[in-house]
Amino acid sequence: MLLKNTYNELIKILAKPRSYIGFIALTVLIGVILLAMKADGESFISFVTASFEQTLSFNGLILNGNLIAFIILQMLIIHVPLLVALVTGDLVSGEAAMGTLRMMGTKPISRNSFLLSKFLAGAIYTFFLTVWLAFLSLIIGQYMFGTGDLIVLNSDGLVIIPENDIMWRYGLAFCLAYLSLLSIATMSICFSVFSDNSIGPIVSTMAVIILFTIIGSLDVSTFDYIQPFLITTHMASWRSLFEIPVPYDAITDSIIILLIHIIGFTLLALWRFNKKDINT
Amino acid sequence: MSEIVVSVKNLKKSFKDFKALKDVSFSVYKNDVFGFLGPNGAGKSTSLRCMLSLIDSDDGQIEIFGKSLRKNRFDVLSNIGSIIEKPDFYKYLSAFKNLEIMARISGRQVSKSEIEDIIHFVGLKGREYSKFKTYSHGMKQRLGIAQALMHNPDLIILDEPTTGLDPQGIVDIRELILKLSKEQGKTVILSSHQLSEIEMIANRMVIINKGKSIIEGDVNELLNSSQMMVKFSCEEPERFCDVMSKEFSNISEFNVTASEIEFEINREEISEINAFMVNQKIKISGIEHKRKLEDYFIKMIQNED
Repeated sequence: MLLKNTYNELIKILAKPRSYIGFIALTVLIGVILLAMKADGESFISFVTASFEQTLSFNGLILNGNLIAFIILQMLIIHVPLLVALVTGDLVSGEAAMGTLRMMGTKPISRNSFLLSKFLAGAIYTFFLTVWLAFLSLIIGQYMFGTGDLIVLNSDGLVIIPENDIMWRYGLAFCLAYLSLLSIATMSICFSVFSDNSIGPIVSTMAVIILFTIIGSLDVSTFDYIQPFLITTHMASWRSLFEIPVPYDAITDSIIILLIHIIGFTLLALWRFNKKDINT
Repeated sequence: MSEIVVSVKNLKKSFKDFKALKDVSFSVYKNDVFGFLGPNGAGKSTSLRCMLSLIDSDDGQIEIFGKSLRKNRFDVLSNIGSIIEKPDFYKYLSAFKNLEIMARISGRQVSKSEIEDIIHFVGLKGREYSKFKTYSHGMKQRLGIAQALMHNPDLIILDEPTTGLDPQGIVDIRELILKLSKEQGKTVILSSHQLSEIEMIANRMVIINKGKSIIEGDVNELLNSSQMMVKFSCEEPERFCDVMSKEFSNISEFNVTASEIEFEINREEISEINAFMVNQKIKISGIEHKRKLEDYFIKMIQNED
């Protein structure tokens, strides 16, 4: 029944126009970034490298597809969750608002299976959105700009990663990005269980992301205790894969925190959904 | 007495401080067309929602097909088809896709040809691939009935199934319910505000008011056990009343107009009064009784109030 209803959920997601907004938005946003970089990327790069020119000499293809993918991922990782929430935040509350939750609730499917099928469908949707993000930023980026060594500026200074040492890092980076987006998807589905209107959970998810991002960026000692546990703190953990050496302990911690969020939101949603009176 | 299909005992449900169901009990037998009556806010929908596990009751027992709903949810719901309040479907999908989605989790194998058959049966052939949002109210009701019947359940729960239908649609649904009961041996629970409809097709009924079941039983027995409002038309209404007062002293209240007298009597007294008036040379030009269930319903509700 779980798999049958997951198939149902995918049909519903595919039929809803709003499901394509994320893909269209990513295509437009990344398209604009790629075209802007194509037109004026060299001056953008020289602006960044200018401060190092007295000590370093840069040769070769610096503005390549690998760098473009890094820039895009950094720019969009905070915004893509909003596109995910647009679909996942509506999965339960949208049905409650439409009245179809009442129809589905009379069918012989357990509430656990019904909700878990929504989580599975949300996870599949998020997966394809992440794949689309990877395809546009990395594959199209490499097609348009070629490949080369990746120069990354982080808090410790410049890191230069050889061309043949990059792809596995991107593979893992997109896996981490997927895990981050999945935690947002489960959070928005959880909010969706608590609501009977489709807008509330989407706005709530956006509000939480914005709030956590602000808390995470504020250098206030009061927040030091909670910052390590916020989803948004670990949404940037993919960047650690582009350090030498790779801080695996920190990445593992991020994975654990994100998984705890995913499991926690799922359990909370299941508990609430099983107690929920379907009155709509 | 035939087999009990639904047994509801002492059902209670509160929403915060509001007690929606205080004590609802009733039994539905196999092949019954069971009328589920009550004024707005009486607790009809809450009772039906409890029976379909849409909401969890605070107390009481629900057994369907001899099984506890709480413990055998899958088995029980696999054998029920229902429409609660109004049929809502995914508006961005076609009727056929909607039925496919419902069929997939109906607990029984429903083939595409069976879906096509049921679409044909409810009169939506030719529109099955139109999106649900393009459907009229009547078409939505028909699609709701299609999803309730497509997995061939033994118990059908219909909450206001004729709302918004045109007169022909109402007749069609009425005939369909009778056909399901008489020809296919289905048990139907029918909640409706159309009392005439219940009177025409239900064999048993329960009346619910303020979260309590007031009375339950055979429709004809219940209606015949009580007095009905009868209107006599004649040329001499005042003389009619005089004769009535003298000969039928148990009847004391009359509503008299220029040519009509209205009062409450038992069904069997109608012919007796008519014969007596003819003997008294009072010409009776017409006798009519008001819709019985309507009177009975109002009386029961007023007694409770």
